Amino acid sequence: MNNSLYDRRQPQRWSFTRALRIIHIDALLLLGILMLLAAGLVILYSAADQSTALIIRQLIRMGTAFTVLFVLANIHPDRMRDSAYWLYGVGLILLVAVLVFGHEGKGAQRWLDLGFFRFQPSELMKLAVPLLVASYLAERPLPPTSGRLLVSLAIIIVPSILIAKQPDLGTALLIASSGLIVVFLSGISWRIIFGFIGLSTAALPVLWYVMHDYQRQRVLTFLNPESDPLGSGYHIIQSKIAIGSGGVFGRGWLDGTQSHLAFLPERTTDFIFAVISEEFGLVGVAILLILYLLVAGRGIYIASKAQTSFARLLAGSISLTFLVYVFVNVGMVTGLLPVVGVPLPMISYGGTSMVTLLAGFGILMSIHTHRRMMSP
Amino acid sequence: MSTHFALKNHFHEGRIVNDRLIFSALFAGLLFIALIARLIVLQVVEFEHFDSLSEQNRVDISSIAPQRGLIYDRNGVLLAENIPTFSLELTPENVPDIEDTLQQLAALFAMTEEDMVDIKEQIKQQRRFRQVILKERLTEKEVAIFSVNRHRFSGVDVVGRLIRHYPQGALFAHTVGYVGRINEQDLQEIDVNNYKGSMQIGKTGIEKQYEELLHGQVGYQQVETNVQGRIVRELNSMPSVSGQDLFLHLDINLQRVAAEAMADFNGAVVAIDPKTGGVLAMVSKPDFDPNEFVLGISSKNYAALRDSPDMPLFNRSLRGRYPPGSTLKPFIALAGLEYGVITEQSKSFCPGWYTLPGQDHRYRCWKSHGHGHMDLKAGIAQSCDVYFYDLANTMGIDRIHSFLDLFRFGRRTEIDLPGESKGLSPSKEWKRASRNKAWYPGETLISGIGQGFNQMTPIQIAHATAVLAMRGIDISPRVARASRPTGQSELQLFPAQTYQTLPMENSRNWEAVIDSMVEVVHGARGSARHIGKDLPFKIAGKTGTAQVFGIKQDEKYDAETLARKLHDHALFIAFAPAENPQFVVAVVVEHGGGGSTMAAPIARKIIDQYFGTAVNE
Repeated sequence: MNNSLYDRRQPQRWSFTRALRIIHIDALLLLGILMLLAAGLVILYSAADQSTALIIRQLIRMGTAFTVLFVLANIHPDRMRDSAYWLYGVGLILLVAVLVFGHEGKGAQRWLDLGFFRFQPSELMKLAVPLLVASYLAERPLPPTSGRLLVSLAIIIVPSILIAKQPDLGTALLIASSGLIVVFLSGISWRIIFGFIGLSTAALPVLWYVMHDYQRQRVLTFLNPESDPLGSGYHIIQSKIAIGSGGVFGRGWLDGTQSHLAFLPERTTDFIFAVISEEFGLVGVAILLILYLLVAGRGIYIASKAQTSFARLLAGSISLTFLVYVFVNVGMVTGLLPVVGVPLPMISYGGTSMVTLLAGFGILMSIHTHRRMMSP
Repeated sequence: MSTHFALKNHFHEGRIVNDRLIFSALFAGLLFIALIARLIVLQVVEFEHFDSLSEQNRVDISSIAPQRGLIYDRNGVLLAENIPTFSLELTPENVPDIEDTLQQLAALFAMTEEDMVDIKEQIKQQRRFRQVILKERLTEKEVAIFSVNRHRFSGVDVVGRLIRHYPQGALFAHTVGYVGRINEQDLQEIDVNNYKGSMQIGKTGIEKQYEELLHGQVGYQQVETNVQGRIVRELNSMPSVSGQDLFLHLDINLQRVAAEAMADFNGAVVAIDPKTGGVLAMVSKPDFDPNEFVLGISSKNYAALRDSPDMPLFNRSLRGRYPPGSTLKPFIALAGLEYGVITEQSKSFCPGWYTLPGQDHRYRCWKSHGHGHMDLKAGIAQSCDVYFYDLANTMGIDRIHSFLDLFRFGRRTEIDLPGESKGLSPSKEWKRASRNKAWYPGETLISGIGQGFNQMTPIQIAHATAVLAMRGIDISPRVARASRPTGQSELQLFPAQTYQTLPMENSRNWEAVIDSMVEVVHGARGSARHIGKDLPFKIAGKTGTAQVFGIKQDEKYDAETLARKLHDHALFIAFAPAENPQFVVAVVVEHGGGGSTMAAPIARKIIDQYFGTAVNE
């Protein structure tokens, strides 16, 4: 009996999960992330025509991203809440700077050259916007009053417009949705939600008017890709051919002809999902989508177990936005949504978005692993 | 208090957010189900569609042209071969400045402004990685010039490929023929798929006749191409099957002797092995160099050949229509014997002319003083016109026509060469149909001596002589003897010609006519007796002199005063040995004058070459 009492006081038996917990890493989430990243490397190796150099660059990015994840996981959520205004403010200034001094890439100003490192301020905003909205709304009891709701919308809209002006419609929409998810999770009434949806629908013609030509072209092409098979419809036609010809089991790793013979454009970045579909078939992509759902599911579980409204809102937004990324990319590549230039999270080749994603997961881990230490 | 409020508030807020989280998770689940549904549509329902699109994207079929079969004479001497040539080719995508490169090349290789316009047009039309030929058939010097300057021209290179070459030059221009570039008309006649990748096609002669055999079977290479259309790897391939080699009956030595014997006269020589129908020599003069046509002849050179009054492109041995003149007489005589109109012994009197009953017009004999009493042998040996006027008049044109038809006069010999002319063997029916005029008895007379409407090609005359030599066995003449299929060392002989025997009443009649023809060469008064000396065997022959220029009544033919083109055609037919014929020859010398003086000696030279006998000059 004494033994049992004694045992209860003793530290529980050593396990890998608990060891990770001490350094504020959530084992299940980590497992999911590692599986996604590993799958990503396997696919990228094929999509990049077996370029080891490219894989090494991607590994270096992953290393950077994991460092960021580890650092953020070890910062207490309260510190994050406190820094929300600062981050958002810096982000806004950088966005304006990009519009003024930014580097052009593919007809859009997105980059800020910091000498050693080219930086996209919009990536910072992907975290800063939900962080600030969650922090702001959690200051007062939920659901928010209509005044606080309007302020939240302003917090969301200002950077979104700045990013849309770069122009980077895809990122602008993702940032807006990450903020709007926070607002939705905060419990605003369904009447407001439906009203908002109705208003947005009514605003579509206005949106059409303010869109750039190339954006309008994308929408037109989306509605009828065959109208311009060699021009703007080419991407989506070739992508659908790649996906469709993969069939149930795929052509096999490194055997996708659409990808390797360069018919498929942007195959290491935005259209990498088509490579997966061609080489691994329906089975492969279904497994991948389930993996995404499991990772996001763990995030939603973390959100539901969070101890403050701020943490709940933030964790929920990060997890759900992650799913929005996947949905928008897959929808775009399969021809369900217009081409908006959103990479497939964790898998597409490219630097900044990988860092931002893992930073988000770092925040999730921080929220989950700091629970017991939070003041009641 | 504040703590209590915060706790209660916290619990309440947790409920609100968690409800929304559950709702969001379910909604996200729905969206992902939509994605899966979309993927099922693409990858399962429409799989076949996209799979075939993907195949079309990547798979390209390129053809491998077969190597054309070679052509040999009966001794194994090459008459047509394939030789490598070098051409200057440009790959547009590898040339930094096409305009500048072309300018510099034009200076180096003396290319004309016209060529440049052509080349630029081609560059515009083709895909940028396909080669454009700048200059064909580079000389060694030009290859050297380019090699020295190669560093200046990236994307330009000298490329070798096989083209047809005729090592004997003009000697077989008409018989073997030539190949040329495939044109629109050719495309309608050939299996286009089999010619993918081929640049040449047989245009005339053996090259055209045996095109299918010589060309071979195109090969395929199924390749995977990338988005730029470049070949990435070979998926599978079917090698091309080279064309079969052809072995002809033609004998280059005989051909050469025949061509040389013709000197610079226009005309034709056809020599046949009567037992097989094999054509041993076939000459049409003048001739031309077939190699000019292989890569496309320049329009200037072509115009020169086409417009030459001597018509060098015209194959006289197959298409030249000549009055056979007296060479027709043995056949007329045979007809007379067969119809029972004459016997070997029956005689006609030749006073130097012949008149039809009740008419004044004198049909003259070539010998104005007359031959006197003529029997069959003397009539043929001395080529008495009156004897044959009388015979023809008795038989009538229709009987003559139907008899000559047996020897394929007026019909094709069915030789294995394209473009053979039918010639013309007149009849009453023919004249009514073609000229809507009645037949005059006088026309029968001049038809009986091979003049008038009669028109025969040298191959027809030679073939009819062969039938005569073989005592009535009709074998179609053949130029090609055998083929050698790819990869085999043994020749495959073409099946023997089916032959037919002419329906003759009395086989003695053949001998009577042939004896008379022997008399032509070996008789004391034979019209070709000067070629009958120093031979271990007997030649049966017949001279012929075909009038080109009408001579008026009482006018005398004077070779001296007539321009050469108005001179008579000289003809000679012969076979040897007379009793067991192995060799038949027909000679037509345009405007050669007399058959006896001009054509017979040519025939003798050819016979000497064939039998290895020498003439004692």
